[in-house]
Amino acid sequence: MFGNGRKKNGANPGAGNGDLIDLEGIRKVYDTGAIKVEALRGVDLTVKENEFLAIVGPSGSGKSTLMNIIGCLDTATDGSYRLKGEQVGGLSIDRLAEIRNKRVGFVFQNFNLLPQLTAFENVEMPLLFKGTQARQRRERVEFLFEQVGLSDRMLHRPVELSGGQMQRVAIARALACEPDIILADEPTGNLDTTSGRDIVGMFEELWHKGHTLVLITHDAALAGRTKRVVHVQDGAVVSDEAVA
Amino acid sequence: MGWRNYLRQFLRDLRSQKLRTVLTLFGLVWGTASVTLLLAFGEGLQERLIKNIRGLGENIVICWPSQTSKPWEGLPRNRKIAIKDEDIEALRREVPGLTAISGEYSAGNKKFKVGHKVLVPGMTGANPVFAAMRNLIPQTGGRYVNDLDMDERRRVVFLGDGLKNDLFGDEEAVGKYVTVNGVPFLVVGVMQKKEQDSSYQGRDTDRASIPGTTFRAMYGQEKYGNFVLQVADADKVEVAKDKVIATLAKIHRFDPTDSEAVRMWDVTENEKFMHSFMLGFRIFLGVMGVLTLVVAGIGVSNIMNVVVEERTKEIGVKMALGARQRAIITQFLFETLLLTALGGAIGFAISAGICAGFPANLDEYVGTPAISLQVGATTTAVLGVIGFLAGFFPARSAARLNPVEALRL
Repeated sequence: MFGNGRKKNGANPGAGNGDLIDLEGIRKVYDTGAIKVEALRGVDLTVKENEFLAIVGPSGSGKSTLMNIIGCLDTATDGSYRLKGEQVGGLSIDRLAEIRNKRVGFVFQNFNLLPQLTAFENVEMPLLFKGTQARQRRERVEFLFEQVGLSDRMLHRPVELSGGQMQRVAIARALACEPDIILADEPTGNLDTTSGRDIVGMFEELWHKGHTLVLITHDAALAGRTKRVVHVQDGAVVSDEAVA
Repeated sequence: MGWRNYLRQFLRDLRSQKLRTVLTLFGLVWGTASVTLLLAFGEGLQERLIKNIRGLGENIVICWPSQTSKPWEGLPRNRKIAIKDEDIEALRREVPGLTAISGEYSAGNKKFKVGHKVLVPGMTGANPVFAAMRNLIPQTGGRYVNDLDMDERRRVVFLGDGLKNDLFGDEEAVGKYVTVNGVPFLVVGVMQKKEQDSSYQGRDTDRASIPGTTFRAMYGQEKYGNFVLQVADADKVEVAKDKVIATLAKIHRFDPTDSEAVRMWDVTENEKFMHSFMLGFRIFLGVMGVLTLVVAGIGVSNIMNVVVEERTKEIGVKMALGARQRAIITQFLFETLLLTALGGAIGFAISAGICAGFPANLDEYVGTPAISLQVGATTTAVLGVIGFLAGFFPARSAARLNPVEALRL
């Protein structure tokens, strides 16, 4: 239902192994001067295209740090990260911004919609940063709202929407630039059960359409709906298993 | 993103943060309006003062022959010095840098009569150059005493505008006659109204002038009451004054250091004082202006600082969605600069409005405030720079944050 999910097949530069995400020995140290906190202690992880996996772990385990690094919101202290074969470490700030813009779609726990903008304008924003022309922007945004079933809410402000609706707007925004991966950090954490189920259903559909999804959660039920669960504890992967 | 998107974003932010926008705008409007008005009033006042001071004449020295106070070459003191035409001629030859010199006869006892009206105004007998020195400018349709009047000792008179009104009312005076002690004089000109804040025998508006030669012939007076000279350059006045004394001291045999023999009123001294006064005044206004600007600037920068801080989260979200550093910085700068321009324009418009509506009858006292586009532009530019810096640094440091950190705030 979300269209062109598998669009980038074949356009896979360099990577002989076909891995979308390839993390090797990723370390992340927070240096606050007085103390050094090692949030990640050498994580190896590969994600192939069209995977649907959950990264789970208790709070403080480093799973959010891991997601931030995968999403290029943060950089690793050490180790190698290749996104679709491209070495991400050492890229310029602007190039990282471009990657976030075109290759990664974020869905946050607290939605992170800008309150002063309408739902339409929120979804339009990544397209503005990408430099899409006004007409194509409008068409794309309208299409996305149709897909998430909120065509009648396009001109509402976030405060005028329910939590479930806000998260759907956020998903539409994540899909705006047709990203390679969708990263969702506790996407159901602020939602009631029904809306949460609704959102998970939407993720499943995206997966069926060929999207690659990485969920960060400590909700076992949500993790159980994915196809692969990676356990993180104390900054390291402790288990990595397929869901039956 | 193109400028149109920045503009759209700006308008949206205005809409969502009305109070902040209003406060920022108020600071800018206030700053621009007070600085431009302050300087406009200063400019107007200065114009007024200079006009007043020039009323008597520019770069002129008025000299009164008096008596010696020191003995000299065996001659006693208290000798009267009499200045006649030949002295004036000698001075014209000897004194460097003179543009004009004229002896002046004065009388205050001549009856001016028109119809039944009789007045006894001050009267001057002088050369044609007197007019230019003393700023006696004729109204259209008239003239001052000229060389022909001098040569033929014509009985013509030039009236001050106030005197003319007293004698003739609203009627045309040029071409009509005034009898002066029973002798008819033809009115050849009436003075244009002028501002004059200092005088030595009454203000020119209430005086009359006739040719010096006529005065001498009719009233049998050879000695000038005083003489007026003008130099081209105010810097040369001292030299000229010394030479005047030296020349006259030689002719009339008095001590050149005798300050009583010929008394002098150097009008440029007033101007010198005025210039230093105005300089002080301008510095004062400048300091006031700068302080006002700084206050306004602090206001703007405070607000911009708070804005960026408030919106760090927004910056984080935008970065997560792929906004480049430049886009973020540009957005805030665009906002600041647009606000500044808007505030500057409104402030300038308010000042211009106040100046335009300034009551004309106050002109005589404080002058008319002259608003200057330059001052307005400078003020706006200064506020713009302050706003730019105030917006730029917080925006840049926000844009340099790790997106994660920005999002966490």
